[in-house]
Amino acid sequence: MSVLFVEGNQAVAMGALYAGCRFFASYPITPASTLLAAMLEMLPAAGGIAIQGEDEIASIGYCLGASMAGMKALTASSGPGLSLYSENISFAIAGEIPLVIVDIMRQGPSTGAATRGADGDVQFMRWGCSGGLPVIVLAPTDVRDCFTLTVHAFNLAEQLRCPVFLASNKEIGMTRETLDMRAVEKPPVIDRALHSSGPFLPFAVKGDQDVPAFLPIGGAIPVRQTSSTHGPDGYITTDPSVIQAGLERLQRKIESKQKSFSFFDLEPRENAHTLIVAYGITARAARAAAAELLRGHSTPTSLLVLKTLWPVPEEALRTAAEDIERVLVLEMNLGQYVHEVRRVLCNARVDFYGKMSGQLITPREIVTEVLRG
Amino acid sequence: MDLGADEVVIVSDIGCSGLFDTFFDTHALHGLHGRALTYAAGIKLACPHLKVVVTMGDGGLGIGAAHLLAACRRNLDLTLLVLNNFNFGMTGGQFSCTTPEDASVTSGFLNILEKPMDVCSVAANSGAPFAARCSVFRKDLPDLLIEAISFDGFSLVDIWSLCPARYGKRNPLSPRNIDAAINRLPPYEGPVSANARREYGSHYREQRDKTSATVELRGTEVVFEPSIEARREVVLLGTAGERVISAGSLLASAAISAGMHVTQKNDYDITVMRGPSVTELIVSPEPIIYTGVEQPDVILALSQEGVNRRRDLFGTMKPEGRVILSKGVDLPVTSAQIFEVDFKTHAIKKKERALAALSLLARTKDPVTQQMLASALQHSFQGTSLESAIDVLDRTTRIPLEALNT
Repeated sequence: MSVLFVEGNQAVAMGALYAGCRFFASYPITPASTLLAAMLEMLPAAGGIAIQGEDEIASIGYCLGASMAGMKALTASSGPGLSLYSENISFAIAGEIPLVIVDIMRQGPSTGAATRGADGDVQFMRWGCSGGLPVIVLAPTDVRDCFTLTVHAFNLAEQLRCPVFLASNKEIGMTRETLDMRAVEKPPVIDRALHSSGPFLPFAVKGDQDVPAFLPIGGAIPVRQTSSTHGPDGYITTDPSVIQAGLERLQRKIESKQKSFSFFDLEPRENAHTLIVAYGITARAARAAAAELLRGHSTPTSLLVLKTLWPVPEEALRTAAEDIERVLVLEMNLGQYVHEVRRVLCNARVDFYGKMSGQLITPREIVTEVLRG
Repeated sequence: MDLGADEVVIVSDIGCSGLFDTFFDTHALHGLHGRALTYAAGIKLACPHLKVVVTMGDGGLGIGAAHLLAACRRNLDLTLLVLNNFNFGMTGGQFSCTTPEDASVTSGFLNILEKPMDVCSVAANSGAPFAARCSVFRKDLPDLLIEAISFDGFSLVDIWSLCPARYGKRNPLSPRNIDAAINRLPPYEGPVSANARREYGSHYREQRDKTSATVELRGTEVVFEPSIEARREVVLLGTAGERVISAGSLLASAAISAGMHVTQKNDYDITVMRGPSVTELIVSPEPIIYTGVEQPDVILALSQEGVNRRRDLFGTMKPEGRVILSKGVDLPVTSAQIFEVDFKTHAIKKKERALAALSLLARTKDPVTQQMLASALQHSFQGTSLESAIDVLDRTTRIPLEALNT
């Protein structure tokens, strides 16, 4: 039996290759540089293309061009790079360009501390580009999730023609863990639906579908792509009803399907007073804390680990919070996702515990906080 | 050029020139301001057979100058047409990077303060193998464009023109004085022989084809039984450049060969090859939930710098905990057992001490045995590196066991 020992970043690279990704471009930035290194090593050997862009803006630009030419593309950065990606993320949304973006979050704000983890960008990923249209954000907790959720991310980007984020953290991306590939979930790989017959309008949809069929730039039929507000034919439109309908479709194509990609683990416990809501690396401390609370303090505590952050899994939150007196949201920041939990569970008591000091939230701190309430 | 509509892509930028893609019934991409060259590069790399023509105004050129430089450095087969009309037309006639100092524009007096960019000179000096400067009224412009597009590599044509709505209304610009202005500058007619070299795309594919067929991540075979029954937290505290993290990886590899679950994370400063180097390992027969080290079972205290970085850890240790201490390093107060080793008298150099300390730890069989460590060495090193590592282990065996007791 052969066991791998890899970082989260390497597991993302493996997942990307498995999902059919053959184009990668990024700019070196700690703690994402090891993902660049992994792709530089793995992609050319698989007949793909891995490029180090002159900056983040160029890197995501190369990816969008390659994706429009039919390739599955990946880029990766951290908070400062996400800031530079913003305008192109908006383009990916507007142009319905499949793309997977990994944000390996680090201590911020701004340059912050490159070698420390944080959850500083969880709202930024959702609201960090102009227009405010929905995006998909998946959050791994360990190397297994890094592989599996990367495959899901590519599948969603292909099916829904949109940018999909992986919200990682230095504590996941650059922590090496034993990984038995036989025990890792490998979802079947899905490709973008191609236009097959009739006249081709790049942003037209059939019937009650929400996602336009794709044709590549470089194929036999000329394809138009534009960042300007456009109609189904890919030309600029000034017709308010066309504009509104188009944007509502962009919103609907993601939100109407969200149940199918609301990934989470719910560990309910009978007679629990408190529900912990956590994601990412902190979910692991929460698991350890929940076990300790039951074993050491006779305090059953339910746990909801969110692996899809956006769109917010509202139904999962509501179900988990039934019969619960207190919801405790844990984050490595000053309180961001807690606002979503409060919004969704508007009648519940929702408390926050977190810090953005470069340190992990420990199981002991969580136990103390749960007992305090 | 006898190209079909499906064999060409026009990649346009923002501004009046950004409408270019709508004039042609070819593949087209109209992206963000200043970034046209980036999409073009992605498309060309993904689809090498396509003729990629990029149009940018002098406006897009300014904002995307870094991408122009990269395109010149790289020499991917793209053609950039700069539609240069000396101002930002669409937004009302503000000055651009090519606006003359004496022009009248809608940016107040700001253009008086800046020297305009010579696009061809910048491109040629950045590695572009084809740069041409001409007037839009030039009679053989189509021939020049054919030459540029046919050129196998990055070609740039800086096309000077009038902006009738904005710049042209405030400044005396005509075909004649455009020609005069062009003639006052050094000529750029096309090929820049000093920059002639391989086209990037074909060069990239050639390099890629030289790499090995597949990259398989090497796993570790599980061949031993675990020597421990519970989780252990091991921290190595040393100095950057002294192979502390590799020692941690070796410990991990040794533990994995006994079927244990392992996590490893490192803590170091942003400086390179300076400062402390800390690696934290958790080794357990059970899956590891929390990856933080709370209460180390073992600390290898290899340097003062490393110890100073994590002084907080020592007070947390239990009496059963063990510290392997490199003589000369001062420790904070701890309840753990301390095994002091004088590496110097045993001729163990600084870069060897992390491995040597591991070997001493392995003698206790907790959390790994010497057999597991030897197996890890075989797995991780070869040739002279393997020989040197084995030599360190040999020299460590000569350190008598009594020296380990306090």
